[in-house]
Amino acid sequence: MTYNIDDKGYYGKFGGAFIPEMLHANVEELKQQYISIMNEPSFQADFQNLLKDYVGRPTPLYFAKRLSEKYKAKIYLKREDLCHTGAHKVNNTIGQILMAQRLGKTRIIAETGAGQHGVATATVCALMGMECIVYMGAVDIKRQAPNVMRMKMLGAEVRPAESGSKTLKDATNEAIRDWISNPKETHYIIGSVVGPHPYPDMVAKFQSVISEEIKWQLQEKENTPNPDYVFACVGGGSNAAGAFYHYLDEPNVKLISVEAAGMGINSGESAATSVLGTLGIIHGSKTLLMQTEDGQIIEPYSISAGLDYPGIGPMHAHLIDSKRAQTFSVTDQEALDAALDLSRIEGIIPALETAHALHALSLIDFEPNDIVVLNLSGRGDKDLQTYISNYDL
Amino acid sequence: MNRIEKLFEEKKSSILNIYFTAGFPNLTDTVTIIKSLEENGVDLIELGIPYSDPLADGTTIQESGNIAIGNGMSLKVLFEQLKDLRKESQIPIILMGYLNQVMQFGVEKFIKKCKEVDIDGLILPDLPVDVYEAEFKSLISSNDLSISFLVTPQTSDERIEQIDANSSGFVYVVSDSSITGGKSGISSQQIEYFKRLNNKSWKNPRLIGFGISDAQTFNTACTYANGAIIGSAFIKALKKGGDDVTQTCKTFVESIRN
Repeated sequence: MTYNIDDKGYYGKFGGAFIPEMLHANVEELKQQYISIMNEPSFQADFQNLLKDYVGRPTPLYFAKRLSEKYKAKIYLKREDLCHTGAHKVNNTIGQILMAQRLGKTRIIAETGAGQHGVATATVCALMGMECIVYMGAVDIKRQAPNVMRMKMLGAEVRPAESGSKTLKDATNEAIRDWISNPKETHYIIGSVVGPHPYPDMVAKFQSVISEEIKWQLQEKENTPNPDYVFACVGGGSNAAGAFYHYLDEPNVKLISVEAAGMGINSGESAATSVLGTLGIIHGSKTLLMQTEDGQIIEPYSISAGLDYPGIGPMHAHLIDSKRAQTFSVTDQEALDAALDLSRIEGIIPALETAHALHALSLIDFEPNDIVVLNLSGRGDKDLQTYISNYDL
Repeated sequence: MNRIEKLFEEKKSSILNIYFTAGFPNLTDTVTIIKSLEENGVDLIELGIPYSDPLADGTTIQESGNIAIGNGMSLKVLFEQLKDLRKESQIPIILMGYLNQVMQFGVEKFIKKCKEVDIDGLILPDLPVDVYEAEFKSLISSNDLSISFLVTPQTSDERIEQIDANSSGFVYVVSDSSITGGKSGISSQQIEYFKRLNNKSWKNPRLIGFGISDAQTFNTACTYANGAIIGSAFIKALKKGGDDVTQTCKTFVESIRN
């Protein structure tokens, strides 16, 4: 069995491109060209140089001594939180802006939930002098004021999504509608491994730099490229796709994906797609999603805006379905506790998304020599307001 | 031969297709609106199955869908409402919805139900042609249902042939690069595109939709195709017209036909 994408754009039974005809020409153009563009030496040179000098890669693989003592295993943190703009999201936006340039596009659109992908997109648009429009749910604009200001300072226009529940799913709908209405000059930079083929694969490939680095970094530190476990949080699943990518076909490396249980899996306020999701279509992809019996998409809930998505990337749906990955669902409170814990014992304030993965360390009984890599996908600056209002400090 | 095919055999021009969302403005308005539209001389009805995330539609249709869902509309309820329709109405009806709804209902069960209530055709804008050929085609044609695929200004010549070959009843010509309920008016650029399409040879008749909102745009569209589809403008009229949907249907259709 292969865990990577097949030539028709599917991961097992998940994936594909279920899009209206209005999007067909654009998606087809991308599908025909993305691999050959990514393989061009000039593209690779530009991509690698920007990752190195602009993003600050390679990010460190840090041996977390006190965390290791606590969980009785060798725990390494892959420090994506040290990337420019504060999270792994920029790996993808750098790749996609270079792709957009080579496709001759002059206008960029993106969707954002908490604003991290919006900021990463606004950043690369400023860098390349491209027009940038970010769709963001009207509710999220109110909740995430600092990131809205960052995007504006970077020169992007932030357009509120007023339809539906006015959050990430609706921002994605609005971005897709913009693309339908502006098919010629516009490239849509999707922020996760979701959407119609080839997006899940393209975004996974841009993020795969994470596991590429882990391999040689671990070789240097532990004399083996393969850990026993890789942990990552999953909303749409882009940081997990990047951390898992080069380990998909290494059966001895256990892949642990951690999703948001919100107030509890069965509380009605959850984003635990692996448990609550069923096979359906969302944003052009066949995957697991939270929906009613009638196929209406259910609005998820998580304290972490980055995990607050009703679907999951098709790669992850396949990893779950085939049992290649093991999934844990972690509640708001467990994530909050784990964030405080990491801050206190390692001096690193993680993003709330990452904190979900950190809690999952307590759910596995490690052997003392187990090598564990946890992808520290983002830093916690953006979540400070949430932390402050939830901790009694 | 279903009612859509019969319609296009008997009538070649000025075909008026009206879209509305099932269960809007009130849950039980569906059949009343169908009958009123028929009485007022509408040729064809595109009945929208309300959906939470309709990617190809604008806010007018999405909002009507949210209201309909809130009213309790679902595929199950809709089929129940349409159960006895054919005793009272013979207007050709197309069900329009998104693939996820059909998947959750069950593809085979959905087709069987369509046949049972005597629906004539389908529009599923996010059903890719290749998936249709593999999973839907034999089921749909063996049940005498039509299916209309969309062409847009960006659709390549090669793909137009594939879409025409796989469509039955008619091909849906999307007038512009837009979602439904966008700008109104027809530009000279759009007319060039309609002419380009008319210079091709087609298996199917064609209806133009998106941006058709009044008598003027309807008449222009009819110059370049067998007829046209009006959706968002009618939804707006229903919204404005309040509970007397029969009167709204009459006034609206008169405003288009005159």
